Amino acid sequence: MTTAEIREEIIDILENIAPDEDLGGLKDDVSFREQLSLDSMDFLDIVMELRKRWRVQVPEEDYQNLRSMTSTVTYLEPKMRDLKRA
Amino acid sequence: MSKDFLAGCRDQYDVVIIGSGLAGLTAANTLAKAGHSVLLLEHHYQLGGMATWFKRQNGHIFDISLHGFPIGMIKSCRRYWTDEIAESIVQLRNIRFDNPMFSLTTTFNRDDFTRLLIEKFQVPGERVTAFFDAARGMNFYDDQQMSTGQLFEKFFPGREDVIRLLMEPITYANGSTLEDPAISYGIVFSNFMSKGVFTFEGGTDRLVTLMKAEMLKNGVDLRIRSEVQKIHTERGKVTGVTVNGRRIGARAVISNANLKSTIFNLVGAEAFDKTFVEQAQTVRLNNSSTQVYIALKPGEIIDESCGDLLFCSTAPVFRTDLLLNRDITSRTYSFYYPRTRPGSDRCLVVSSTNANYSDWANLSEPEYEASKQDLIETTIAALEKYVPDVRIKIDHVEASTPKTFEHYTRHLYGASFGTKFEGLGVSRALPEQIKGLYHAGSVGIIMSGWLGAVNYGVIVANDVDSLLLKSSGSAPAVEAVAS
Repeated sequence: MTTAEIREEIIDILENIAPDEDLGGLKDDVSFREQLSLDSMDFLDIVMELRKRWRVQVPEEDYQNLRSMTSTVTYLEPKMRDLKRA
Repeated sequence: MSKDFLAGCRDQYDVVIIGSGLAGLTAANTLAKAGHSVLLLEHHYQLGGMATWFKRQNGHIFDISLHGFPIGMIKSCRRYWTDEIAESIVQLRNIRFDNPMFSLTTTFNRDDFTRLLIEKFQVPGERVTAFFDAARGMNFYDDQQMSTGQLFEKFFPGREDVIRLLMEPITYANGSTLEDPAISYGIVFSNFMSKGVFTFEGGTDRLVTLMKAEMLKNGVDLRIRSEVQKIHTERGKVTGVTVNGRRIGARAVISNANLKSTIFNLVGAEAFDKTFVEQAQTVRLNNSSTQVYIALKPGEIIDESCGDLLFCSTAPVFRTDLLLNRDITSRTYSFYYPRTRPGSDRCLVVSSTNANYSDWANLSEPEYEASKQDLIETTIAALEKYVPDVRIKIDHVEASTPKTFEHYTRHLYGASFGTKFEGLGVSRALPEQIKGLYHAGSVGIIMSGWLGAVNYGVIVANDVDSLLLKSSGSAPAVEAVAS
């Protein structure tokens, strides 16, 4: 997956988790929490969804990497670059 | 021959879950949906743990812990259960207080509390805002030294009336006190203040019935009257359980039993590090409760101006020891109107008071029965202040004590709110001690109540799902990429 595809995956997961949020204007360098009303259970859902969809593991000590879109994609890139989207 | 409640059980599952409280149920459902084989074992004949109900003659149904929970429950139920469950959650709009310091009715959310604190309690607006922001900004990683009492002293020095308004409902909800860490208060209080207090339309029986149907659909193997005697471990790894005398293997075990009975009774101290055992020993259980259940005759109505929840007390001040005292001065009434179960014509009242197990455990049988009768009598007398003719309208009344809670939940000392704050760290550390062994249930005050239990079930299910994927070995290529 390219970084653009990883970003699309995250957007798709966020759409499921926060269906009432408008993700069109999401700024990649600003933290999710500042732009969306996400709580810690929502971040856990992102982690569970990544595992379910792609078998990608995000251990608890790495949760801080999911702060913004940019940091998330940077963190996930080495874990997901060899995966192929269906 | 007695019925075999384990008939048709397999010999091995991915996950065995001990106990069907809301944490156990939610973990079971989440893991089954993730594709794992799940066996859920409940010692009682009914699922739900403390989220429970019982039926009496003339069709009365009493709920034990239905009123109430924060709005976050809607999101958690939609995501981890079903839309139907989420959409049955409705607000309780009339929360009342009546004590020697003040009497008021509120919707129990930030806007209304701000109004009350400014107008009725004469607290400056900026002080109220600062308090709410401080409470809402608290999280688990913050300073844990400050107590709830110190937090109140910082914002509302000398204002015992304000403290009572802010604390009494949370003490009812999760047994926490002024001596517990401020963060446990701040997190729970903010959850409620977000939108108020909510309940489940149709009653606890409908909720648990819907959850059961969803679990069966997702393939959970559910067994009632199945009491686990032992969790087996081998060289630092969980291997399975013995239930009703039968050995069943599992790659992971989640105990939704009381934290201390999990460690000391089900597993055994010898399986853990010495320091961990010492830590676990110092975990304090939360207190227990007494409840009095009052059903009115069919068709007899209580006026809804009584409120949905009424925090009443005759104690001049708010103090932890007074709350737990056998000489009861504080009671929380849950009024259940016919709308609790649409179509019903019943009004019921459940009076709850926090209580010490030790005050009830060592009574002789006649003393115990007399104490229960006294509890019923004094409760009806206290209720007459709010429902003047209640005595002649009553169709059925009975009481439960810490002994009752102990009997039905198997919780040590009948603990009705799990453990104090330090229990959370011990609960989370279990899998570091024994691979594949987890605890999910009411711990640490934060993870108690209906919402805390559901969410903790999900958090632990996530850990277990991660472990099962790691040890499955079925996707080596991805493992290599993911490591």
